Amino acid sequence: MTPRAYRVAKVGAEVTVPLAILAGWQLWTAHAGSQYFPTLWTILKEFREMWLFSQFGEHVVPSLERIGLGFGIAVVVGIALGIPIGLSRWARLWTMPHIEFWRAVPPPALLPISIILLHSIENRQKVAFISFFCVFPVLLNTIDGVRGADPTLVDTARSFRIPRRERIWRLVLPAAAPQIAAGMRNSLSLAVITMVLAEWWSSTRGVGYVLLISKNTFQMAPMWAAIVLIGLLGYLLNVLFLLAERRLLAWHRGWRAAEGA
Amino acid sequence: MLEIRHLAKTYGSGDKVTHAIADVSFTVEDGEFVCVVGPSGCGKTTLLKCVAGLLRPTRGEILLRGKRVTEPPEELALVFQEYGRSLMPWTSVRNNVLLPLRHKKLSRLERSRLVEDSLASVDLTRFIDHYPWQLSGGMQQRVAIARALAYQPSILLMDEPFASVDAQTRGDLEDLVLQVRDEYGITILFVTHDIDESVYLADRVVVLTHAPTEVKEVVPVDIERPRDQIATKELAEFAHLRGHVARLVRREQVATPEGVEIPAP
Repeated sequence: MTPRAYRVAKVGAEVTVPLAILAGWQLWTAHAGSQYFPTLWTILKEFREMWLFSQFGEHVVPSLERIGLGFGIAVVVGIALGIPIGLSRWARLWTMPHIEFWRAVPPPALLPISIILLHSIENRQKVAFISFFCVFPVLLNTIDGVRGADPTLVDTARSFRIPRRERIWRLVLPAAAPQIAAGMRNSLSLAVITMVLAEWWSSTRGVGYVLLISKNTFQMAPMWAAIVLIGLLGYLLNVLFLLAERRLLAWHRGWRAAEGA
Repeated sequence: MLEIRHLAKTYGSGDKVTHAIADVSFTVEDGEFVCVVGPSGCGKTTLLKCVAGLLRPTRGEILLRGKRVTEPPEELALVFQEYGRSLMPWTSVRNNVLLPLRHKKLSRLERSRLVEDSLASVDLTRFIDHYPWQLSGGMQQRVAIARALAYQPSILLMDEPFASVDAQTRGDLEDLVLQVRDEYGITILFVTHDIDESVYLADRVVVLTHAPTEVKEVVPVDIERPRDQIATKELAEFAHLRGHVARLVRREQVATPEGVEIPAP
């Protein structure tokens, strides 16, 4: 297949398959007449009324803020902790069991305790909750990336007597960057999941809150509209992330292609 | 002057002890070009890493200008065989060469002059803003050489630097090293498994035994300079020395006892 034909096929698959699914949904729901599964048109109409843009400021903006803050804090903390742990065998020995334990705990299990521990049901609790879970993919990938630094490059740096701080900043961190980015991408989708979860408990604003309230009051069209929005949000965030990664880590794609040649 | 005195290196302990280097002594005079050859697995890289201060010898000592080497010395630079892995793929040729200069007390102008001069001397000025992986293998190794030169060492250690490039490029790189050696007036300690290369380049060739390694013989190479890839290799003297070194190495290769292959550290 020529590259051009491949691109056309790729875009086609990305557009036509979802369209076919939506058409299938419309056909099926129009015939089924179930109150739980409104038709596509009903959902889209609801979507437009709710999110474009009458409730956007009230519910979407707070959710986006929480994702942004929670994810941002997780990235900073994950990298800052991951570098020293990755560099030191002793640090790994002491910390890895705890990291493995806490990352294995499912987020819903910690929701009640987060409220008690933080004495808060405000944004502070929601953001802390999100960033707690988003830290792990960044942290583990940073540790791995830092450990995986090429020994030849490390020897090169040592033989040139490059000071430790500069070595970390100019060699260790860039070398680990592609793997850290992979961890960040996982964290970003986790941020959307934990955002919805956090907003299910004691909140009055946010997309997750709208979803739960609609469900509890049997308003199926708004519930579905919220589900569609959350899905789109996750998808768009991922696309934005990939675009940024492609720009910032362009060297990595080129390098890998050259190595493979 | 570089002095290696009764250097020994063992890995592991107890039953699992491996004697990589038993007892190696030789000296490298200022401005001299010394090649080290030996059978595969004889601990050439281990020896070089000890000299570079990257590995601590088990016994013996290394003196660089009378000072004992315990950490990487300031007046020493190292070029590895794996150019693709010793260069940073995420940044330009310029920044790769600049890397060891950033922490030196130099002005901005001096730094960029050193970078540009060293890249000019390996004929890579045009590629200063390329990524290393956009260049061929031989060119990447020239970047690594330029980086070592920019660091302004008095002694340059090279660990089988041309083992991964094709024969044509290899000859060009050998001549380049001889040329920059004159230009910069540096001492070179060059490890190789290629006997032709060692005789072509060196003032003296140090032949090592199989592991546990000792010095088999130090062969002086009194072939006049400048050397030439074709003319020098036609000389009877060259053929004679080449044959002599090859025989020494082959005897060691054959004599290698089963099971003492030394894994690279």
